[in-house]
Parts: sequence; C-alpha cells; structure tokens
Amino acid sequence: MLQLVLTLIIYLILVIPVGRYLYHIAAGKRTFADPVFDRVDGVIYKLSVVDPHKGMNWKQYAMALIGTNAVMIAMSYIILRIQSLPLLNPNGIEGMEPTLAFNTIISFMTNTNLQHYSGESGLSYLSQMLVIIFMMFVSAASGYAACVAFIRGLAGKTKDNVGNFFADLVRITTRVLLPFSLVGGLLLVWQGVPQNFSENMVVQTLEGTYQVLAMGPVAALEIIKHLGTNGGGFFGANSTTPMENPTILSNLIELYSMMLLPGACVITFGKMVGDGRRQHQKSKAPENALPAHQEGITARLFGKEGRSIFLAMGILFLVGLSLCYWAELQGNPALAGIGLNQSAGSMEGKEVRFGIAQSALFTTVTTSFTTGTVNNMHDTLTPLGGMVPLLHMMLNCVFGGKGVGLMNMILYAILAVFICGLMVGRTPEYLGKKIEGREMKLTALAIIIHPLLILAFSALAVATAAGQAGITNPGFHGLSQVLYEYASSAANNGSGFEGLADNTYFWNITTGIVMFLGRYLPIVIQLAIAGSLMKKNYVNESAGTLRTSTVSFAVILVFVVYIFAALTFFPALALGPIAEHLTLWG
Amino acid sequence: MNKITSTNALFRGPRQSLVVTLILLLLCGVVFPVLLSGISAVIFPSQANGSLVYADGQAVGAENVGQDFTEPYFMKGRPSAYNYNTYYEDEQGNQYCNDGSEFAGLSSGSNNYAPSNPALTERVEADIEAFLEANPNVKREDIPADLMTASGSGLDPHITPESAAIQIPALAAASGLSEEVLEQIVEDNTEGKLFGVLGEETVNVLGVNLDIAKAMGLVGDEPK
Repeated sequence: MLQLVLTLIIYLILVIPVGRYLYHIAAGKRTFADPVFDRVDGVIYKLSVVDPHKGMNWKQYAMALIGTNAVMIAMSYIILRIQSLPLLNPNGIEGMEPTLAFNTIISFMTNTNLQHYSGESGLSYLSQMLVIIFMMFVSAASGYAACVAFIRGLAGKTKDNVGNFFADLVRITTRVLLPFSLVGGLLLVWQGVPQNFSENMVVQTLEGTYQVLAMGPVAALEIIKHLGTNGGGFFGANSTTPMENPTILSNLIELYSMMLLPGACVITFGKMVGDGRRQHQKSKAPENALPAHQEGITARLFGKEGRSIFLAMGILFLVGLSLCYWAELQGNPALAGIGLNQSAGSMEGKEVRFGIAQSALFTTVTTSFTTGTVNNMHDTLTPLGGMVPLLHMMLNCVFGGKGVGLMNMILYAILAVFICGLMVGRTPEYLGKKIEGREMKLTALAIIIHPLLILAFSALAVATAAGQAGITNPGFHGLSQVLYEYASSAANNGSGFEGLADNTYFWNITTGIVMFLGRYLPIVIQLAIAGSLMKKNYVNESAGTLRTSTVSFAVILVFVVYIFAALTFFPALALGPIAEHLTLWG
Repeated sequence: MNKITSTNALFRGPRQSLVVTLILLLLCGVVFPVLLSGISAVIFPSQANGSLVYADGQAVGAENVGQDFTEPYFMKGRPSAYNYNTYYEDEQGNQYCNDGSEFAGLSSGSNNYAPSNPALTERVEADIEAFLEANPNVKREDIPADLMTASGSGLDPHITPESAAIQIPALAAASGLSEEVLEQIVEDNTEGKLFGVLGEETVNVLGVNLDIAKAMGLVGDEPK
C-alpha cells in the first residue's frame, strides 16, 4: 500500500516539468536544447522540402497524417515479408505469413502493439529495429501530433491553422522521444536489460543440461515501447520476462516512461487553452485579464482546464487501481480449496520481484495509459482484478496513450456540458465556445464507434466457429478473453488475455480491422470537432455558464464516463468477469 | 492557379511523407539502436551482454533468468510453462525438457490458466504432491503460494525468502551441508526492497545453487 502511494507521489512530481517541456515543444516556445535541435530539424526539413511554418487546416493535417502512415505501413510490410534475408538475422528467422504481417503492421502503426507472433521466434533483429522500433517512435509521434493539433484547435488562436503535421512529427520525435529514449535506454541496460546484436546463447547449466538465453537489441525497443505507450514486447511474455524487466528499478523506469507523456499532454492542453483565453481577454478587455502568474498554484502548473481533466482522470484511475489491488490480494479460492495458502495473494502469472502491489499498479497503468505492456499475465488475474484492465480499455479516456486519451476525455467533457446544459436549459459551452448540433453529432459518433467495434466484433467471434476456436479457458472466462482482445484492439492498447489462440486468419484479420478503425476514425472526427470549434467566436462568460475548471465539473465528468460505460458495457461484463467472480466465490 | 503549381502541390504531400519517413526510419530504426548498443557496450558491458554468470570460467546461466533444477541438493524455483528454456539432448540430437516433453525452442510466457480453469487446480495439486514427497517434513498449508504457481514469464529467477526457507531441511539432507551454511547461502542471495519500501524481498535461485555447488566442491570456488 505504502509503495503504491509513494510510486504515485513520485509520478506527480515528475509529470509537472515534463508537461512544461512538452508544452514548450507543442506551442513552439523556446527550450534550453534549441541550439542543437534547431540544426537537426533544419536538416530534416531541408531534405524533405517541408516548410515548418506553413500551417494546415484540419483536413490537410488529417490527410498528411494518414498519407504518411500509409507510406510507413507499405514499407514495413515489405520488410516483414522478406525478413528471412541474412541481414541482421543471426537466429535464422523466417519471413512472416501475410495475414500475420498485415495484423502486425496495422498493430504497430496504430500504436496498438497487439502481438499475434512471439518476438523470440517471429522477428529478425532487422525487423525488430526497422519495423518495430521505428514504428514505436512514429506511431507515438503521430498520435501526439494529432493531439497537439486538436489542442491548437481548442485553444483557438487562429481560425483554421492547426499547425504543420510534418513539423510536429519531426519535433516530437527529435526533441522528446529520441533524447528521452537514449537516457532511459541506458538506465535499463544498467539494470540488466540486454542490448547487443549477438545470436541467442546456449549455456551448459550446473546440472549438465543446456539453456538458451535470449539476446538482441532489447533495451532500445524496451524504452520506446513504454515512452511511446506502445506496449509490444521484444519477447512473447513482454515485460514479465527478466530480460525486458529485470528489477524493481527497471519496472519503475518503464512505469514512469509510459505515464509521463500522457499526463504531460493534459498539462499541455491546460496551458495552451489558458494562453488562448488570455489572449482573447486581453484583446477584448485588457484591464480585466488576469495575468498567468496571479492564478493559484495548481492552475499555474496544470492550467485551469487541464486541472479538472487531470483530476477526473486521476479519480477514475485510483478507483480502478484500488479494485484491482484488492481483488488480487484476495487470492484464488479454487487454489485455497486444495489447501494452498493464499495469504500472499494470487501469484499465478506474476513475478516474485514485483509481487501483488507492483503487478496491480502496472496492470492498471498499462490499460489506463493504453500501453499494453504487461509485467504479469492478465489472463491469470482474478476475475475482478482482470475486469479493471478490461474496463479501462473500454473507457479509453483514463489518461490514455499518446494524447488520444485526452482527445477522448474532451469528448466526454463536451458530452458532460451538453447533459448539464439540457438540465438547466441553456446552450452548452466548453472552453468559451458554443457547443451546437454539428459538434454534438460528431461527438456522439466518435463516442459510439468504440463500443460498437468491441461489442459487434465480440458477438461475431462468439457466433462463429473460427472465433470460438481461439478461446482456451472454459466457462465465463472464455467470453472475457474475446472481449479483452477486441477492447484491446479498439482502444489501441495491445495487451491481451494471452491464452487466446489468436494467430489465425480470423483473429488476425478481424483485430486488424478493429485496430485500424479504432485509430483513424476517432482521430479524424476529433480533428473535425476541433476544426469546427475554432471557427466560432468566443462567448462571454455569464452567471449561467457551467464552469468547467472546477472540482465539481471533474466529479460530473467521472459520473458521465461511468454512466456511459455502464449503459454500454455492463451486460457484457456481467456475463464475463462478474459471472466468473460469482462462480469462484459462490 | 496555373497547371504547374497545382501539379507540384499535388506531389509535394506524398514526397514529404516519403522523405520524412525515410529519414525517421534511419534515425529511429538504425541510428538510435546502434548508438545505444555502442554506449552500452562501453559503460555497461556485462549487462549489455545478458549479465551472464560463470563457474570454472564457463557461462552457466544468466543472473536474471531462472533455470530448471532437478537434483535433490539444488533449490527449486517456481513452475514454468516453458521449463525455463532448459533442455537436454539424447544421442540422436533430439532435445527434451526435464519433464520429458520435447523442447520447442526459445520461448517465454505462462499457461495462461484463468483462476477458474480446472487445469490450474490440477497442475497445482500435482506440484504440491511432488513437493511434499521431496520435502517430507513440510505441511501442506505451510507451502508459500509463489512456489506452486507459475510466473508470467516462465523465466522468473526468484522465489520468496519463505519459499527458500521451507526447502532448507531437505536440501541439507541431500547435499550434506549444514542448515546454518544453507541459511547463510540463502541470505547472501537475498535482495531486499528498494529503499526498504518498493518491490518485494527476493531470493535468486541460480545464485543459491551456484553457492551450494561451490560449497559441495562441484565447481571451483572462485570469486563471482
């Protein structure tokens, strides 16, 4: 318990400076490292004929994002299919089968990192580098770029310029992801994560038997896997393996790497929206505008609007973490039934060095921040412990990965002001803009896509023999496996109830489709909402305006999220994890 | 707008996409991992190459990766769905795990048994019975849960101090070492929590067994 509190306090201390740095990058403000990075970026812009100051409207931005992602997909698909070439392939890995390659490429481009292969036997070192590591950088950078453009739209400094996609992509990669990865990667090697290009090693053990030890550029993949909230492991068992995650310190490095940037995004949002408002107020009534330094301490650190969003996400996160931790501590009554002491909690699928507390924390973080890396096997979690990661992927707005979680949460915020507006009979406003028919239609559409993908495809899977063939655990847990796989795909999370036998045509193709739609449809719609809001004029705050920078709004937001989730997902959850819980404990 | 500039504009987007992709491919996919390998090889050479553990000058395992032990005088780790990638070869070169199943090559993971899966209860029951047979003085309810449950990776190098302590009487009988010596060996291979708070107390099974082998004179007693 104490270690959970301590871990989270350290996070709160770390996230503030990172948020500040990210805000400076996103808003194009000066940072201490500019002299170096300006040169690097300058060379890249020159070679690619990009004019970083040339703004785009939301449609151009979305097209650039999708077009660039398409180029990356094509290139990586070819590499996976021809990876058997003897180039950086010391372990003699074969080329990848087409549907699996399709699934893998979509999975990594959409930042899902769902893996239907096992890294040890499925990828050459060349593929690990040129496909996996590369995509981990650019898919994260694409997500953050979309988020930054979205925030620019909401901050509304101009009427249609949301920024230049290529400049955002490059700046986020060179100024945030690469330097952070280099430092974090070295820390991981220090803790014992291998980083080499050697062939796997066979040693003779003390008993005269043999053991194969895995090698490879593990640390390089490991750090960006978390920093970019990607989640796909170098090895099949991901961050449970002692090669990827050898110590408690490496565990904390990975934990913080995946928590920092999504949290920092909320801060960036708060600060940029605050800037936009102040600029507007100054131009209207300079004498009434409150300068930034006269606001309260939390408002200064997070931005007023960022603060309430961060709080709402924090509440959702803590509720989930508490449930997961408590459920795992209770142990497994089936094992208690055959006389195995369960006072240490449910240890099946968990590592001794992480124990119950750090496993529950990692599980909740990886699904809240939509990373998908695991330091214990989620399939083996107790029913309620396993429901938490499932639920957080269904919510898909508890911090969320690479900025997308923030964009989803803003949709819920728009929904919340709309519902409150209906109750008091006023036109809803958010961030000083009127929310009208067009925004509400787009919001409803974006919010409905996620549950539709999860539930419709789950229904398809349990209704067809090809889908049912993947289920490996009997009873209610089988449905949980299916739900989890599609929730993970739609939320672009990528963790799995790994028992699912998912490397088949059916699962490769359906999850590929879900990941693709789950990623690009919401991004385009969200950019459209931002594009529509930025064209509107600011409305003046009046006594009837619902203030969205308050604690009570954060609480309303939490309720809206839970009510929406309950209305959509409760029947499915009742048939899966809840039914399993009742049979185990009944 | 004349025709030339509009065609230029049409091709500028794809060209920018392609060139930016290629540059980032080079930076992120090649320069970064190679640079990280280079720096690691200089400042953390042992870790970068897998933290191997040596006995008599030969690598016998890795500090962070568990192994499958069967000899009665060696401490046992947790059950592993993949037998810790440990195997032996017969004369024809066929590879088998210690439990007699065929070795399928490097892997990691668990059985992924749900808590409600009867296969989990069966496996644990069989392991408990085998353990009670090997450790006749131990009572069923005293066996720590981690020793009878499989890890997520199938490669967990650790067990809890309780799981180590409970094996000591049987190890003493089989190895001929005194319980005090074994307790000292376990203590030497126990790592506490980070700052006394974070993580869990762990015992490294390979470390313990290496020290047992040294104390029994099976391998040379050299500094680690």
